[in-house]
Amino acid sequence: MTTKMKPVDAVVVGSGVVGSIMSMELANAGLNVLCLERGRMIDPQTDFVAPYVHDELKFDRHSDIFQNLSRETITFRNNAREIALPMRELGSFKPGEMVGGTAAHWGGNARRFLPHDFEIRSQVTERYGKSFFPEDCTAQDWGVTWDEVEPYYDMFEHIYGVHGKAGNLNGEIREGGNPHEGPRSREYPNPPTKRTPQGEIFANACEDLGYVPFQGPGAGMTRDYNNLYKVQLLECHRGGFCSSHVCSQGAKANPLSAVLPALYKQKTFELRPLCNVIKVNTDSSGKQATGVTYIDARGREVEQPASIVVLATYCFNNTRLLLLSGIGKPYDPQTGRGVVGRNYSYQVGGRVHLFFDDKEFNPFIGGGMVNTSIDDLNGDVVDRSKLGFVGGAYINVPNSGASPIKGKPLPHGTPRWGAEWKKAVAHNYRRTFGIHIHGSCMSYRQHYLDLDPTYKDAYGLPLLRMTFDWHENEQKMARWMYERCIEIAKACKPAHYHAHAVPKKYSIIPYQSTHNCGGAVMGSDPSTSVVNKYLQSWDVPNLFVVGGSAFPQNAAQGPTETIGMLACWAADGIKENYVSRPGPMV
Amino acid sequence: MAESALLHAYGYLTQPEIRFLDAAVERLIPTDELGPGGRDAGVTCYIDRQLCSAWGTHGRNYRVGPWLEGTPEQGFQSRLTPQEIYRIGIQEINAICRARHERPFDQLQAEKQDEMLKALEKGAVDLPSLSSKLFFDLLWRNTEEGFFADPLYGGNRGKVGWKLIGFPGVPSSAYKDHLDNPEPYRAEPVSILDIQMKQAQTDAQGFAKHVMLKQEGRK
Repeated sequence: MTTKMKPVDAVVVGSGVVGSIMSMELANAGLNVLCLERGRMIDPQTDFVAPYVHDELKFDRHSDIFQNLSRETITFRNNAREIALPMRELGSFKPGEMVGGTAAHWGGNARRFLPHDFEIRSQVTERYGKSFFPEDCTAQDWGVTWDEVEPYYDMFEHIYGVHGKAGNLNGEIREGGNPHEGPRSREYPNPPTKRTPQGEIFANACEDLGYVPFQGPGAGMTRDYNNLYKVQLLECHRGGFCSSHVCSQGAKANPLSAVLPALYKQKTFELRPLCNVIKVNTDSSGKQATGVTYIDARGREVEQPASIVVLATYCFNNTRLLLLSGIGKPYDPQTGRGVVGRNYSYQVGGRVHLFFDDKEFNPFIGGGMVNTSIDDLNGDVVDRSKLGFVGGAYINVPNSGASPIKGKPLPHGTPRWGAEWKKAVAHNYRRTFGIHIHGSCMSYRQHYLDLDPTYKDAYGLPLLRMTFDWHENEQKMARWMYERCIEIAKACKPAHYHAHAVPKKYSIIPYQSTHNCGGAVMGSDPSTSVVNKYLQSWDVPNLFVVGGSAFPQNAAQGPTETIGMLACWAADGIKENYVSRPGPMV
Repeated sequence: MAESALLHAYGYLTQPEIRFLDAAVERLIPTDELGPGGRDAGVTCYIDRQLCSAWGTHGRNYRVGPWLEGTPEQGFQSRLTPQEIYRIGIQEINAICRARHERPFDQLQAEKQDEMLKALEKGAVDLPSLSSKLFFDLLWRNTEEGFFADPLYGGNRGKVGWKLIGFPGVPSSAYKDHLDNPEPYRAEPVSILDIQMKQAQTDAQGFAKHVMLKQEGRK
């Protein structure tokens, strides 16, 4: 039996980076907003307290803030000839499950995409010709331009207290910043981080090679900061334990520290945790959403009517909820028709490890957002015509705080265990750092999300199935990036260095990044996108699908800042245009 | 607190399993001039406590069939839980040791133990119920965790893992002033267990007050 609740103006599914900001903005506009979260309620004052948060085993290895796979997971295969099998334990990525969502345990890298990234299909075609894209590549323009979204990047940065130095202020290139960034309308809200000794070695090597190093932007406060929502964030102590953890100080901006304290004060806002939405309901025409159905903590099925539905969950669940609800045409890789599940993409990672005999560092000092970067190899900065691949990468030396279980790379050839291993660990932990590659990932006809025919979740509903592998384009890019990084590594003059291999096949086992994208992408053509430029469903105009799911392909930078920007942009569209004139905005 | 209860309370492992693991983790991380090895660090105790936790029965894993082997890229697909992998694995490895050398693993000479561990690692030991590589990878993962996790989980006793590498444990709020300082920061490590047992001080925010080490070296 289904319980029917009192209608609300807007129901927001998910309380992460998107759900918290959209709830705040819609409540600010006077709407009655209900936010449904599948995970549990969090009180940062008791759940994430020092010294107990400084526990690598509890949070990084056995965390209860990540998705509980015993209830729901995805299935995975490299290609359509294989049988997809369930991801039985977490590895490659770590979606969250709690109030605050996945963003609660992000590392804090807060980087804008480049203007090029939003118009990659048309710009690459114009510069290199139509056939420059691989034949099976389905990368496309986003339907928005830099000038449209820049103010919303700015807004997000003033919610998350992002630190950095402008490299391009209203078109003027400034020293100390990233000269390749899109023009920004004003300076970062907070000053950049100091540069670590490891970052200094990298920066000097980069300068010798003609690159322009800068301190990477991030959301670990460089001073006490009162944000756009009048929430106070404290200066970071640089004690590490950022990614996979929730900051005890509230110094890393995330939904819990930067938005929810203000949101809880909104009189027209309600948060219901432990409510797992299983369906978006539509009227008999299928063209109007009537609300959502969820299962509450006691297992009861509840119908929640709403005038506006916002799906604000992780990329996988936004896509899965559309498929489970029968909204939008599911993607068919055979014909290339259909849109829901189309253009799933990920992110390319790589590392070169450097080991020094004559230097000692303090690798445990830092934070997920402390890094020295170059953007000279990203986007379309270097002429791609001779390189033969689409996309780019930013390169950096992060000082995220090397934790003792996983943060101990060793020179190649070191035994994996035993006395020699022990000697090497003792010698190298404080004498190493890595040069990291963060690369874009295009979307392709054969990489997609759909419903699994076999495996079900705890409610008997089909799991989402991922079909994904590395494409030659990304492997080519990674190889070229490794060559550049090895040049930089040599210029750092280490005693030893080695590069990871470019992976042949995508594996779900090692952690790579929680940067899964696509499946419900935005665009200007309903035959190749699920939502329009305002993140509004083409099929159901009172449904908005916002998040990493909207990325038509992934850029090099971490996605969180762009996801946050999209939340600000979509919320503004609803407030300014949709509420007064409900209906299709395009 | 009764120290002996902390050191010897086993909730899952049997006596032969404890002997097996004490011997194995001591070969994986041997005692030498750099300091204690896996046995004295309490790695076996750590593994036991993990096996008693939700992880020991893969409580947060997806555990619904059909169970197919899949490709290497598809990750862990075994029906066995960590509890079962240790119980069955140790039994079957000891059976092989008895057949070959007439004694269980823990009574073999160190070289024979190393030989066996290397063969397990390569997946070259034909165990009836599971891949020997699966067993070894789990054992090594847990050994490394037990040597370097906070001592509150039963391993890393005396913070030997952290002293070995020079990791100061719970961070200090002084780090932010040290971020760009090339001087090595050397402190007596502080664990969460130390703080819980009131053997180390914290500031008002719960960050550790470090006692700095003056001399060169890591001890």
